Amino acid sequence: MINDKKNKDKSIRIDSVKLALKHDKAAVISLILLGIIILFALLAPFLPMEPNATDIANRLKEPSFAHWFGTDEVGRDYFARVIYGGRVSLIVAFLAMLTSLTIGVAAGTVAGFTGGIVDMILMRIVDILLSIPWMVLVTVVSIFLNPGIKSIIIVIGLFTWMEIARLVRAETLSLKEREFILYSGFSGVGTWKIITSHIIPSVFPTIIVAATTSMADAIMMESSLSFLGVGIQQPMSSWGSLLQNAQGTMQNSFHMALIPGLLIIITIFAFNKLGNLLRVYVEPKVMSGEKE
Amino acid sequence: MENNRNEILLEARDLCKYFPAKDFFGRKKAEVKAVDKINLYIRKGETFGLVGESGCGKSTLGRTLIRMYDPTSGSILFKGQDITGLKGKQLLPVHRQMQIIFQDPYSSLDPHHNVREILKESLTAVSGLSSDEMEGRMVEILKKVGLKPDDMYKYAYEFSGGQRQRIGIARALLVEPEFLLCDEPISALDVSIQAQVVNLLEDLQKEMGLTYLFVAHDLSMVRHISTRIGVMYLGRLVEIADSDELYENPLHPYTKALLSAIPLADPKLAAQSRRVMLSGELPSPMHVPTGCHFHTRCMYAREECKNHIPEMREVSPGHFVSCPYTGGNKS
Repeated sequence: MINDKKNKDKSIRIDSVKLALKHDKAAVISLILLGIIILFALLAPFLPMEPNATDIANRLKEPSFAHWFGTDEVGRDYFARVIYGGRVSLIVAFLAMLTSLTIGVAAGTVAGFTGGIVDMILMRIVDILLSIPWMVLVTVVSIFLNPGIKSIIIVIGLFTWMEIARLVRAETLSLKEREFILYSGFSGVGTWKIITSHIIPSVFPTIIVAATTSMADAIMMESSLSFLGVGIQQPMSSWGSLLQNAQGTMQNSFHMALIPGLLIIITIFAFNKLGNLLRVYVEPKVMSGEKE
Repeated sequence: MENNRNEILLEARDLCKYFPAKDFFGRKKAEVKAVDKINLYIRKGETFGLVGESGCGKSTLGRTLIRMYDPTSGSILFKGQDITGLKGKQLLPVHRQMQIIFQDPYSSLDPHHNVREILKESLTAVSGLSSDEMEGRMVEILKKVGLKPDDMYKYAYEFSGGQRQRIGIARALLVEPEFLLCDEPISALDVSIQAQVVNLLEDLQKEMGLTYLFVAHDLSMVRHISTRIGVMYLGRLVEIADSDELYENPLHPYTKALLSAIPLADPKLAAQSRRVMLSGELPSPMHVPTGCHFHTRCMYAREECKNHIPEMREVSPGHFVSCPYTGGNKS
């Protein structure tokens, strides 16, 4: 559907995003780096490298042309391990984000729309989960699940939906009083249909922004869990598990801890910046108050 | 009120709608009596105008009458059938016959849906229509309200305020109702557009034999469109009369004050007219005055007004007023 208003609206949005980028060089650089990281992660299977091939003769080598990031304590190419680790970290982050978004949006819309006792129960669950440090919760739960990529996604998804639920609930509460939603109920449209066809499209901008923050959180949590040894298990690697492995060789090969650490920082930073830009895109007014 | 019973389409008896005001712990602290013991009837084919200040309960009364809100007490009769106790799905056939147009043409249409989806939604409860019939009905109604069938695939934000209001009207009339609550349908529009929408509503009334309850605070427009008018003050009706009778011969002190506030276009007339000024502020609906709600601002108030809730009485045929000290045959 092409029309002037829509195009104009879009160009205002894009302009405000451009303005935001102009004032924020860190965002530009971090987004470029994020793009490169994602590209490598996507193309990893087509690159000539093998993350699990051991070569005991070449243990703990310094970075060189043959091995860009050197080799680890059993002679595996560290560059390949970092790339494949990034793949795991990003997949975990993405799927965990989807899980927590699904739970959060469902809980938020249902609580906000139905109100009453359902709202009470759901929001008290949110309060309780938020009041317990997630690290404690996650470590306890992960004892009962087999360690691995599936359980780590479930665990992260299960304990990060609360903030999203709160955001979505708040918006639903105000939407519920809008006349177009009142009228839907009046015409006999069911609760489920109202939520899916009216409320979710209206809270969509909020959901998108929440999703990027949620990705950053998920990367952080996965790294922490793998670092603690309850996350990704050998021989599979993630940035967190690489960091943990690097502990043993810190004195000789400092770069083995530095590289995954830096990548985690860059990725989280970039996702937060991306969230900021999306916020500017979905509500262009945000910028006018901040600059000039 | 017993005469012309066979013509009466909608009737309210002692209708009340209270909203609870809750304190921090969710306990009921007080009640806002938005609609308080209202008796009224609306005849088939007429336009009943409802006027009053903002917050006096006009919209709440209207929405309770069409059962968008559940009444607290009292009863509502639609075509002689008591619809007060109906719940959930039982209400759908009633809602098909009683529709609503909203004040704000922006918040009453979902910005993420196009006209077709908006219209289709109001047909949700209408069963037994094939998709061709549905399509035909939608095209027909769009033409009726002065929109083009091509507009079907446009989104609400692509229309002006007046056009959006036309979509609202189309949506309400699509289910072929008998009664239409116009909840301040023109107060959000430009004056030039107001006339267009009012004319459209009048044409549709003639064409489809509709009955309107027209809520507004633009008094001159209400006189133009209404057959009878009810004046509300703080949840109660203070005066009901035929439209011309009310404007020529207002009896209740509040109605007098309200009518004298209509701006006159002729400066000579305006200089001659005496404005009845009200003293004081509109009391909070949570702490309404005792007795006659209006006694705190009424220039004729007496001691009895503070304690005595005035009854509606018929001073001349069809003219009801709730002040015992005005308009002859004093009781």
